[in-house]
Amino acid sequence: MQAETKDPQYADIHRDVVRSIVETGPRYYVALATALGVTLLCFFFPWFYQLYYGIGAAGVNHPQVWGTYLASFIFWIGLSHSGTLLSCVLHLSNSAWRKAMYRSAEAMTLFSLMVAATFVMVHLGRPWFIHWALPYPNQMEMWPNFRSPLLFDVMAIGTYLTGSSIFIYMGSIPDFAAVRDRTTGWRNTMYTLLSLGWRGTDSEWHRLHWAYTFLAVLIIPLAVSVHSIVSWDFALSIVPALHQTIFAPYFVVGAIFSGTAGIVTVMFVLRKYIAGFDQYITRVHFDNLGKLLLVLSLIWTYINAIELFTGWYSGASTEHEALQYKLFGYYAPLYWEMILFFAVAPLLCIFKRFRTSFVPMLILSIAINIGMYTERFLIVGTSLSRQYLPDAWGVYVPSLVELSIILGSFALFTTLFLVFVKIFPSISMYEVKETMDIPKTEPIAPPEGNPA
Amino acid sequence: MSILERFAEGWRKYRKPGYYDEFDYHWAMTIDLDKCTGCEACVTACQSENNLPIVGEKGFAEGREIKWIRIERYWEGEYPDVKLRFIPMLCQHCDSAPCETVCPVSATYHNQDGLNTQIYNRCIGTRSCAVYCPYEVRYFNYYDHHWDSPLDQQLNPDVTVREKGVMEKCTFCIQRIRQAKDVAKDEGRRRVRDGEVQPACVQTCPTQALVFGDRKDPESQVSKSMNNPRAYRVLDELNTDPSVVYLKKVETKG
Repeated sequence: MQAETKDPQYADIHRDVVRSIVETGPRYYVALATALGVTLLCFFFPWFYQLYYGIGAAGVNHPQVWGTYLASFIFWIGLSHSGTLLSCVLHLSNSAWRKAMYRSAEAMTLFSLMVAATFVMVHLGRPWFIHWALPYPNQMEMWPNFRSPLLFDVMAIGTYLTGSSIFIYMGSIPDFAAVRDRTTGWRNTMYTLLSLGWRGTDSEWHRLHWAYTFLAVLIIPLAVSVHSIVSWDFALSIVPALHQTIFAPYFVVGAIFSGTAGIVTVMFVLRKYIAGFDQYITRVHFDNLGKLLLVLSLIWTYINAIELFTGWYSGASTEHEALQYKLFGYYAPLYWEMILFFAVAPLLCIFKRFRTSFVPMLILSIAINIGMYTERFLIVGTSLSRQYLPDAWGVYVPSLVELSIILGSFALFTTLFLVFVKIFPSISMYEVKETMDIPKTEPIAPPEGNPA
Repeated sequence: MSILERFAEGWRKYRKPGYYDEFDYHWAMTIDLDKCTGCEACVTACQSENNLPIVGEKGFAEGREIKWIRIERYWEGEYPDVKLRFIPMLCQHCDSAPCETVCPVSATYHNQDGLNTQIYNRCIGTRSCAVYCPYEVRYFNYYDHHWDSPLDQQLNPDVTVREKGVMEKCTFCIQRIRQAKDVAKDEGRRRVRDGEVQPACVQTCPTQALVFGDRKDPESQVSKSMNNPRAYRVLDELNTDPSVVYLKKVETKG
């Protein structure tokens, strides 16, 4: 492990990243086994129990038909927002500090989307027919209902998943080639296939940069539209607390906010547990992420205040009832906890000392994500509780099966991420090299690797 | 006509107001709140006619009851001036139903009789229709239900038994409507006469507070009933255009 003050050289990056892929210590296996075990026990097992007995295993009831499953789905889609979106925006603004972290952030996006897709299947009453929501020609001559906001979801998330996968894969091609040149055996075969014959010629770099920028420009409006569309599942209903035009920006800002906090968490973990990465992921990254968190928190607070204000200003009795229930009803403690974690705690990021300290930022990022989950849950829980007809008001408490599946989803995400760390170079080698000074006295270090 | 002309004509027809008003029959119901005693005979009748599951005491406590028609009760005032208002609430078969647009697989749609139908086979259980319905009249099967013997002997063979994971709601006893239409067809392609088809709730109501019929027929009981000055529709301001009209209870004070 090199000391933090010494600047890394080109060869060091290659060595450190390849080592992170090739060398596996017992700590990794323990982590992977734990994550996989928790996933199977807490996610898949309760889900199969629910498939067998019915959705009654969850705590949902009449009128609270959407419970934590939908809230989790929205939460994971939200988490998926920051990785790729942030990476694209920062790429177009030519910021240097994104280079070390964007690969893992994009991976976060991909895996969050996958976990969100599994939540759709968990949520459905008859998930074995989920393929009916896809537009494929069939003997029934039935297409899905294109007027449905849920179908807009399917289209949007499918597009985003495809776009993000292509984006992360394409950006990794030079790194796959670098790893290919430094490995042997089955890994060599795998990376030879993955790197698509990359030779590193000038024209190849030129084309890669062009294609990458093209996709980055494409993905930004795509990401904004995806979470707007997901918010319209709620906003296109006539439920009093949900039928608001603010929902699209509300969700997008919340998503970027929680996704950025997720990136902070992941960066902390990568930095701490992978040898050598603490030179590449530095205080500068945390400083900039902290500033971003602060800005997003302020925007979110503003949007939330607007939502409260317009609800009150409308004078509609249903809106007043919904707002009053949100702030002072059964779920009020959750509401105020959300305000604390979302609007108040990130104000600590005003202080540079806070922003550049690792563990406090980690704690803040976890708090933000807890607040985010609470917010998603409250959107579903408080609005469905109080609709138009008072006879149909009801309260919902998540069941053990649901809580277990929520926990299991984090374990599923962790499992996917751990597998990612061993296949993809989790730091973009070629981009980090762009941020380093070209050494004046030494030649560019020859590639190290096992002698063929 | 060329394909383009056919498409243009179809599009023009679709965009002309009244496209959805070309119903064969337009089934509607009026509920006279003055006559309704809140006895819940309609609830029981619906349960027997449509094979509604017996959810059980625990299910009811968890808020998972399935009552296609329910009597809503609202208490007002303090003892001894307590007042109870009740209103039967069932699927309103809205002509601009919010539930129809949101189902991703089109498991609920508006048929040519003006009914909002639920196709159990197509439902994948997203439950978004229940969220979008402002009347909260859609019910979900959280479990597979069974009927202890001998209750399984009273199941209606004309109605399916829904499995877990599908949404269900009042159908205006579409099986009875179908039966009546079949009988009318067998008797020589005549229209179904007023009073020939009645849903279970209408049939059972002891005070005849519920009236059901074809709104397209100006001579039918239901059309005349809807012209009553007491007539109103629940949550009319949401523009869902319900087919169920309520006749306001005449209140006497003191």
